[in-house]
Amino acid sequence: MRTSIKRESAGDLLVTEAVAVTDKQLDGATQVEIFRRMALLKANDERTRKEITAGRLAAPYYSYRGQEVIAAAMAVNLSDEDYLCTIYRGIHDMLAKGLPLKQLWAEMAGRVTGTCKGKGGPMHLTYPKKGVMVTTGIVGSSLPIANGLAWASQLSKDGRVTVACFGDGASNIGAFHEALNLAAVWKLPVIFLCQNNQYGEHTRYAKTTAVQQIADRAAGYGMQGARVDGNDPVQMYHAARRAVERARAGEGPTLIEAVTFRFFGHVFGDADRYMDPAQKQAAIAADPYPAYRAKLISSAVATEVQLSQIEAEFQAEIDQAVAFALQSAYPGLEELTSDVYGASVA
Amino acid sequence: MNKAPTKERQTTVLEALNQALHDAFADDPKVVALGEDIADPEEGGVVGVTKGLSTKFGEARVRTTPISEQAIIGAAIGVSLAGYKPVAEIMLMNFTTVAMDMIINHAAKLRYMSGGQTNVPIVIRTMTGAGFSTGGQHSDYLEAWFAHTAGMKVVAASTPADAYGLLRSAIDDPDPVLLIESMPSYWTSGAPAAPGYRVPIGKASIASPGSDLTIVSYSRMLNECTAALQPLEEAGVSAELIDLRTISPWDEETVANSVNKTGRCLIVHEAVIPFGVGAEIAAVLSARFHGKLKAPIARLGAPFTPVPFSKPLENAYLVNAQRIRDAAVALVKRH
Repeated sequence: MRTSIKRESAGDLLVTEAVAVTDKQLDGATQVEIFRRMALLKANDERTRKEITAGRLAAPYYSYRGQEVIAAAMAVNLSDEDYLCTIYRGIHDMLAKGLPLKQLWAEMAGRVTGTCKGKGGPMHLTYPKKGVMVTTGIVGSSLPIANGLAWASQLSKDGRVTVACFGDGASNIGAFHEALNLAAVWKLPVIFLCQNNQYGEHTRYAKTTAVQQIADRAAGYGMQGARVDGNDPVQMYHAARRAVERARAGEGPTLIEAVTFRFFGHVFGDADRYMDPAQKQAAIAADPYPAYRAKLISSAVATEVQLSQIEAEFQAEIDQAVAFALQSAYPGLEELTSDVYGASVA
Repeated sequence: MNKAPTKERQTTVLEALNQALHDAFADDPKVVALGEDIADPEEGGVVGVTKGLSTKFGEARVRTTPISEQAIIGAAIGVSLAGYKPVAEIMLMNFTTVAMDMIINHAAKLRYMSGGQTNVPIVIRTMTGAGFSTGGQHSDYLEAWFAHTAGMKVVAASTPADAYGLLRSAIDDPDPVLLIESMPSYWTSGAPAAPGYRVPIGKASIASPGSDLTIVSYSRMLNECTAALQPLEEAGVSAELIDLRTISPWDEETVANSVNKTGRCLIVHEAVIPFGVGAEIAAVLSARFHGKLKAPIARLGAPFTPVPFSKPLENAYLVNAQRIRDAAVALVKRH
């Protein structure tokens, strides 16, 4: 996918960083850690689609297959204390951040053992223990809330960073504009991570967006922007790292545009007829997962045995999580009306 | 801290709200505020509710924002998820429409959708009210929309002491509270509240006792109802006036106890009548007192139109003391 990124517009605006790094700038342990998280994400997506297809899981599912690099390379730069606001296509972001598999699967299945006692579902997964603060089903709404979390960090000087994930489609909604402007004016420690998978719902990027690069919009807010190949773990790692460092240093927000592709359409089960078949085939042929796996082996960062072992461990963990979820009870009907309000103080 | 209001001097609703904010900021360093023009360099809010706050507590905690209602409520939600107690100002109630996704889809629902792992203790202060020739987009009462949303609380004061006590309770509250400020009522005077006074959310007050009918109202219309009490007495009607104070969750018991005594009920609000707060109250009371009421429950409110500009039309749009008196007399004398 690296070659498919065109930079034929104005090129690098003043605040658009060129991310040009070599593989040597990333140590082997971090490279393997990124792979480890990618392996978890990929296996989890495959299993989710399998369970839905088999009829054992009934939930709207927005597959992130193809976008694993972005979440993995972002998350290795974050701690549990850092905040994440993500969207309905965001399970990769959350898993990479540390959302536990058992509670994830139980929530997907609407069980009381889920992160949200089954009351949120896949579009509203929440797990503050790992910084997963908000998951929204509304396009663009992760951004304004992320600003508030970042404001809290700025006030309390706790050094946390907040990451707001969203897609290319969200860059055309009003909340994007309001949030980026406020974050820049207030110099908030927030990272706007746009996962440009080149389709908003069923409509291709160029039909809805005149600007060639979403990252270029950063200049309009007086903010740092970076456009990277979101399928290249090393590029993505360094863009994420630079943004995290900037935020922690009090130097303000960053807009990262990570270019990628989603392999399974908008919602799993849609017929994909709106997609250019050649574009889709090319993207799948350039699947970053096997490419990165092969590269780790060929560059002697890891052995085939090591990587296979990582993959096998996750398969076993996912097996356990699925079994745990499907054997768990549904919430009791008392949960229908609980958690609407807390106990009033006055 | 449920101390009764002290009675030595008079204050206004505007001063009471300002005092409540100053006291809340002094009591809890986690209280912050944000909104358009709210810091002192921008004159402390268009009416001056937030005056003095940024000078005293700093612009890190008291932030003037861009004209960006989604960003304002989004930032309030986010900062509250991290343990702060934000008071967000949406300058006019009509401007809440710009932030409805943040308020309805997020602030109101995050507690439920997270299974109780997170909560959104924010206060949204907003002002409204017809009568200032501000036309169709600057004067609506939209409380029914918010009251209709599970997870939201809606409060509105009519006296300075209640304004102080409700704002303090709203800041204490673990959930999103919309506090409606009536533009024409900012300069309503009354006894000030004792420092730290709280008005429990969900608790109405009996503004004036009576025996022939119950009048339920809130916000600016409560003051119109008060103005109708003397003419009603002169007409031989003893009205019990209830100030709801909290619109949602409304104090069903206080209202029901009164209606049980009087057998008649008139509900008065500034908002349009169809699908309004009055409809909900009337439905609950009808179910509860079916066959025991001496008269059908009556509602007074605005006609089903946008707020007009032209003065005679705007005057006709608004309920006033005369119309309240006439409706109450009709309810008692005809039934």
